Order: sequence, then C-alpha cells, then structure tokens
Amino acid sequence: MYPEKHWLLPEGIDEVLPPTAWQLEQLRRTLLDLYHSWGYELVSPPFVEYLDSLLIGTGSELDLQTFKLIDQLNGRTLGVRADMTPQVARIDAQQSQDHPTRLCYMGTVLHTRGDGFGGSRAPIQFGAELYGHAGLASDLEILSLLLTSLEQAALSDIHLDLGHVAIFRSLVGQSDLSARHEAELFAILQHKALPELCERLEQLTLPAPLQQMLLALADLNGGPDVLECARQILSAAPDEVHQALDTLEHVVIALQRQWPTLPVHIDLAELRGYRYHTGLVFAAYMLGQGQEMARGGRYDYIGQVFGRARPATGFSADLKKLLLLGRPQTTNRHDVELILAPAESDPALEHCIRELRRNGRRVVRTLPGGDQPAGCKQHLVYRDKAWQVVPLDFNRR
Amino acid sequence: MVTNITLALSKGRILDETRPLLADMGIELVDDPGSSRKLILDTNRPDIKVVIVRATDTPTYVQYGAADLGVVGKDVLLEHGGEGLYEPLDLGIARCRLMVAGFPHTSPAVPQRRPRVATKYINVARRHFAARGIQAEVIKLYGSMELAPLVGLADYIVDVVDTGKTLRANGLLPLEHIADISSRLIVNKAAMKMKHAALRALIAAFACALQPESCR
Repeated sequence: MYPEKHWLLPEGIDEVLPPTAWQLEQLRRTLLDLYHSWGYELVSPPFVEYLDSLLIGTGSELDLQTFKLIDQLNGRTLGVRADMTPQVARIDAQQSQDHPTRLCYMGTVLHTRGDGFGGSRAPIQFGAELYGHAGLASDLEILSLLLTSLEQAALSDIHLDLGHVAIFRSLVGQSDLSARHEAELFAILQHKALPELCERLEQLTLPAPLQQMLLALADLNGGPDVLECARQILSAAPDEVHQALDTLEHVVIALQRQWPTLPVHIDLAELRGYRYHTGLVFAAYMLGQGQEMARGGRYDYIGQVFGRARPATGFSADLKKLLLLGRPQTTNRHDVELILAPAESDPALEHCIRELRRNGRRVVRTLPGGDQPAGCKQHLVYRDKAWQVVPLDFNRR
Repeated sequence: MVTNITLALSKGRILDETRPLLADMGIELVDDPGSSRKLILDTNRPDIKVVIVRATDTPTYVQYGAADLGVVGKDVLLEHGGEGLYEPLDLGIARCRLMVAGFPHTSPAVPQRRPRVATKYINVARRHFAARGIQAEVIKLYGSMELAPLVGLADYIVDVVDTGKTLRANGLLPLEHIADISSRLIVNKAAMKMKHAALRALIAAFACALQPESCR
C-alpha cells in the first residue's frame, strides 16, 4: 500500500492559491463590471438541478460530461452542471418578456472528463447571452463583447474563426440522407478527412453537384476572400446557403471596421456545436495555443423545449484559462503593499487604520507575541504627534 | 513575417518513407536522424523543424499544438480518435492492413465463449467486435502480439499485418480485415486557422509530391 496522501486532489481538480487567487478574483470582477456596463443582467443558476431539465435539448456529449447523484428526498437523479448555457436559456425561456434580454453568468462547472490541454475538470465558465433578437446586430454585439473580454483579460495575438452551420445543414437538407449518414458525413467533415469524404460521398450516391459542393466545404477555409470562392463553388446551392454567406460577409466587414488588426479566418466546414447551433458560429484562438480560448454562436429555438423559442446568441470561456494565458495585470488593485500596524490600542491609531483601509490600503495588525507577517515593507509609527506610514527599517530587524 | 512550422515524424517506416516526399518538396533534414540523438531536427528551411516522436504519440503532439503537422498511420489515428485534428491527406505510405488474426479454422464469427483478444489497439478491437455483436475481452499488450495465442493468453490478436510472415511463422492466419492502413498527414486545428497560409502551402506541396502530374 502507498502511504495515504491526504493532500492529493482528484485528477483535473485544482485549487487557486495566493497570489493567483486575488488575480483571478480581480479578473472576475473586471469582466462582470464590463458586462454590467454593457447592460447585461447577472444570473446565477444552481450548481445542481434535476438531470432531465439540465440535459433537455442537448446532445449526448453533455450527458457524458455530467456528474450525477440521487436526490435522497425523492429518488430523482440530479446532475451537477457541466455547462451553464442551457441553464441560462431555461431562465430566459421562463422569465423574460418579449423584448430582447441580455444575461451574463459566471460559475464553476464540473466535467466528468477533463477536456482540452491541462485537462481541467472544474473550469470557471463565464459568458454572455443575448435573447430575443435574430439578426446581424446581436451577432455583432456578442462578438464585440467577446473580443472586449479577451482584451480586458490582456490576451494578445487573438485570431477569430468564423463559420455558419446553415451551409452544411441546408446542403444536406437537399438530399434524403438518414440521420446516421448525416452524422457520419459531419464527423468526417470535422476532421477535413478528404480521402474518407470522397469515398463516403461516392458510396452514398448523392447527386453529383451536391457531392461536389460537400467536398468543396472541406477546402473552403482561409482568409475572408474564401467567401468569394464559396459564392462561385456553391452557386447552385439553396438560398439559405447564400444568406449564410451574406451574413459572414457582413460580419467580416463590420469586424474589419471595428477591429482592423484582428486576423479573421473563415472555415465553412467548422461546425462546432452543430446539434444546437443554428447560424453564425465562432471561436477565438491565441497564437501558440493549440486549442480555442472561447467559443459561441447563434442557437435560436433552444428555449423551445422549455415552452418558449427565442432567437439566441452568446459566447462562453473559462476564467482560469484566460488568467493563465493573459499578461499579468499591472494595475491590480489587490497588489497593494501591506502596512504593518502595532497591536496597541490607541483611538487615534484605530482611526488612522480605518481611514487607510477605506482608501484602499491594506493594513495588517501585529498579533501579541506573534511574528510580523511576511511581505510588509511599511509600518505605522507614532511620530511628530501623529500616526504615520513609514518604510520599515530593515537594519533593525 | 516568417511562420515557424513544426512537423512530427516517428522513426522507422514513416520517417524513411516521408523523407523522399519532403525531398521532392525541397525540404531536407540537416541532421541525420539515424545517427543524431537530437529530438528536434533542423531542415534546410529555417522555418521548418522536424520533431522525432514515438508513433503512438504523434496525434497527441499535434492535438495539443506541440507540433503543427504530423505524419501518422491510420491505425494509430483510429485508436486515438482524431480529436482536435484535421487529416487532409492520405500520403499512401507505410501501407499495411489492420487485421484480426488467430489459429486457422477459428473464425471469430461463431465464438464458443467470450473470446479474449490481445492487442495494442484496444479501442479499435472493442469497436470491431462490438459491431459484430461479439462481447470480447480485450487485453492490452505492447508488443509481440503473436505470442499471446500461442501461450493461451488470448484467442485472437488485432494487429497491423504487412506481409503476414510473422503470423505464418507462428502458425497463425489473418482472419478478418478491419481496415486498410496508410499514413495520413494530420494538422492541428488551431494552427490551421492561425498559420493558414503557411500550412496550406505545405499541404499543397505534399499533395504535389504525391501526384506530380496534377500540379503541372
């Protein structure tokens, strides 16, 4: 037997220690303040819910990612949230009026399997969602908010990847493919596995023009000029495809105006969240990182299962990942130096300490008999008939 | 701006058969991988480096972006699952077949009892037998699969078969075909988006080296 290691944490579960914990909190406040200033309301969905409502309308992937437990009160299965987006969609479907609703959220989610680099199973998910408006304006607002969030987290070299799920969906909709075959084609397309795609398309005996168009999707990726190519190659495609290309074009133009230095990449075969997304999808990548930083897109009608379908678009990301990859914040208000105050009780001293603390300084009292806390470079001394902050005399220590 | 590209290769057949393709593309290794102990090899192109990894690790290196590109057998890719990877090209090199093998006259189609299968491709083996409605007990081994049926450790093995000589020498036969294997070019998804121009050019060059006639 190995000796018991009580300090060992479960795989993919981490703790945040000083000084990172304050930095994490600082970033959390910065982002929530940002969403506040954009007029987003904060919601705080429960950590556990009945599994049925947690998983309704979502894919089997989320089911697999969800930790389950039994409610001892009634024997029903509870799930620990693995994704807050469906919860927020439920809140919107239940609570909101007919006008557009803007919601933001932040909280720990739990995954049964660590995904991504580092394999964290307890990311702090945050995001913003805009319900009740279908159109370019809301897509752009969410994109801008995402990019501003990444800016505030001091992430550099961000690349944006855009796609549109309606293109593949309406192309496939033209054929009488079974759901199984559609899923198969989808999986192959996600890997841009051209040899398999050719082979499978031939076996499925789809009409030749459709085969050509589906095959071309795997190759339609690159800078914004890809859209021009797509117009020609997909000219025979249904109207929805052209509308999707219009949307992408408008988004690219608007982004170039607002974020002129942002590299934008188009990928017409990128269908992340294909099951529930309905329109524009996007992800933010960072140079040197093999995996995406944030993702999102349009998912109209998700509220249908809760009785009220509304257009919706939003994004989400992991706070811990952002903190790890962002430049350290130089103006961190928690980085204020500690001031050491003596233990003696003098009303003037008490008053002085209160004032300092109210002005954002950090004052720590000496405990009787205790050593002074580490990291203090200043202390309070009584000089010239007043309490004053002066540098600690290191020679005397 | 120069974009640096890292290509992951594994020693052995994949390295040996990829080098002529690279040579056709005008890319030569500066260090000799046969004698050099270095794991990161320079090429005559300052923007391209080659890392030498274990074959089964190639998808992992590329998935996490430690390498932008890699060359890996379809067998390894099937076992890995291909998460986070693009596989745009079949390089057609290091060809072989992924097979179920065992003693003659013992078809896995009519198992007597729950068959034991020794393999290093545990996911592939489990999927293959499950698809045929057979509940198999999969035993993970790291090498010398052919030994397992001989010493009664397993009823079948799942392994790549090239000429079949080792199987025959041990009284075994290939019984079922699972997949034709050749090496694929794999690309990290994020790199494909951020180093798009450089990677597209490199993929196109690979395609040209494979089919020179289609590039003229």
